[in-house]
Amino acid sequence: MSTEVIDKVEVKKETEALFSKKRKSLVSNPMDSDNPITIQVLGICSALAVTIALQGTLIMAFAVMFVVMMANVVISALRNTIPNRIRIIVQLVVVATLVATVDQTLRAFAYEQSKALSVFVGLIITNCIVMGRLEAFAMGNKPWDSLLDGFGNSLGYAWIIIAIAFVRELLGAGKLLGFQVLDKAWYTANGFFATPAAACIILGVIIWILRARSGYVED
Amino acid sequence: MSKLNRNSNGYIFGYAILLTLVCGTLLAFVSEGLKEKQKAAILVEKQKFILRAGLGATSLNGLTDPMITELYNQVVKVETINSKGESVEADEAKLSIFKEYKKPAAERTLPVYVVGKKDNPSEVESFVLPTYGNGLWDNIWAYVAIDGDAETIEGIVFDHKGETPGLGARITDAEIQERFVGKKLAYEASSINAPDFQKGEGNNFDNEPQKVDGMSGATITGTGVNAMLDAYMTLYQPYLVTKKK
Repeated sequence: MSTEVIDKVEVKKETEALFSKKRKSLVSNPMDSDNPITIQVLGICSALAVTIALQGTLIMAFAVMFVVMMANVVISALRNTIPNRIRIIVQLVVVATLVATVDQTLRAFAYEQSKALSVFVGLIITNCIVMGRLEAFAMGNKPWDSLLDGFGNSLGYAWIIIAIAFVRELLGAGKLLGFQVLDKAWYTANGFFATPAAACIILGVIIWILRARSGYVED
Repeated sequence: MSKLNRNSNGYIFGYAILLTLVCGTLLAFVSEGLKEKQKAAILVEKQKFILRAGLGATSLNGLTDPMITELYNQVVKVETINSKGESVEADEAKLSIFKEYKKPAAERTLPVYVVGKKDNPSEVESFVLPTYGNGLWDNIWAYVAIDGDAETIEGIVFDHKGETPGLGARITDAEIQERFVGKKLAYEASSINAPDFQKGEGNNFDNEPQKVDGMSGATITGTGVNAMLDAYMTLYQPYLVTKKK
């Protein structure tokens, strides 16, 4: 009887590069083919409400970016300790804490803008993109990947609302970032673009263009 | 280490309590840490409103917040009066126009901001009078600057809590506020008739000192503004009469 000795071969798990191809796609996919607004149609409410002028929209975009990234990292770090039965509540508490912090900070350092954004900063808590990323990604992935995912998705949200705000401020007030760019002498500001209905139409056009380009069809 | 049962009630309660404590503590620190800064931001906003009304819409262009506060301290003198126009002792910093608005008109304490000229603060440029009222959805308020002659509106700054963007919220646009400049108060025996927004938009009221071109699509906000201005100018009437030349 011979004994076979099988050497235990330690398979060394290869550590993934900090910006591997997979990780890069975490950031790039949500910009286009997996955009939270145009493909998943999440976060529409605030996309319509805060896009009346560029400045406020930029602040909103940064606020969402901060909240999504931080929440993703925190939840991802806690993911193995969170009791499954109260995971949504835990996610909400973390998100609410971050949003309240952002809201208070804006009130202290950008008071006029925080007044213009009014309740919509607080409503980031209920922005489906935040909860969506926590449930779909952060609960099952490592913090670094989650950070990239949060960055990608919030950037995907940001560029859409900035595009809408660009068109709305330009046509609705003839201004960009508060500066008059279309001369009042020949351009009469179109009040329609100051209304949320215009945002809905611009958003529809953006979704149309992006989906026509990628050939995406809803199941 | 023995494996914790993450689905036990004890673990869940413990987790929830711990998380609440951590987040609650964090928020308490954030709130306390930013409190002073927030109060300062609100104060500067009020100073901006008063100066923009009293010295003209473009008077603050290019000024930073500390410069605005400095200018405010230089040119603005605060008086507090009652509805009979008599001077009363009150701490203006603690006076809330909103809280006063809730009281019956005769019991209100009213602040008057006497704005001096930029180059000579002892000479009166305008009297800035805060007003408060109801718009379509929520409260609206304004700082009305009356010229040294106590008759002509020199500037006005509106703000609101929840008027419709693009319609009633236009009262915060410089273009709308400019429409009041140069309009006159009409003194009556015990009241003042302030200039009113008219129905429709795009009409020329250059030669009618009591009429202001209205805002199309914002009739109710406009009516609210008219009622607010009439009510408050009447309250200030006893004071303004003494300043009339």
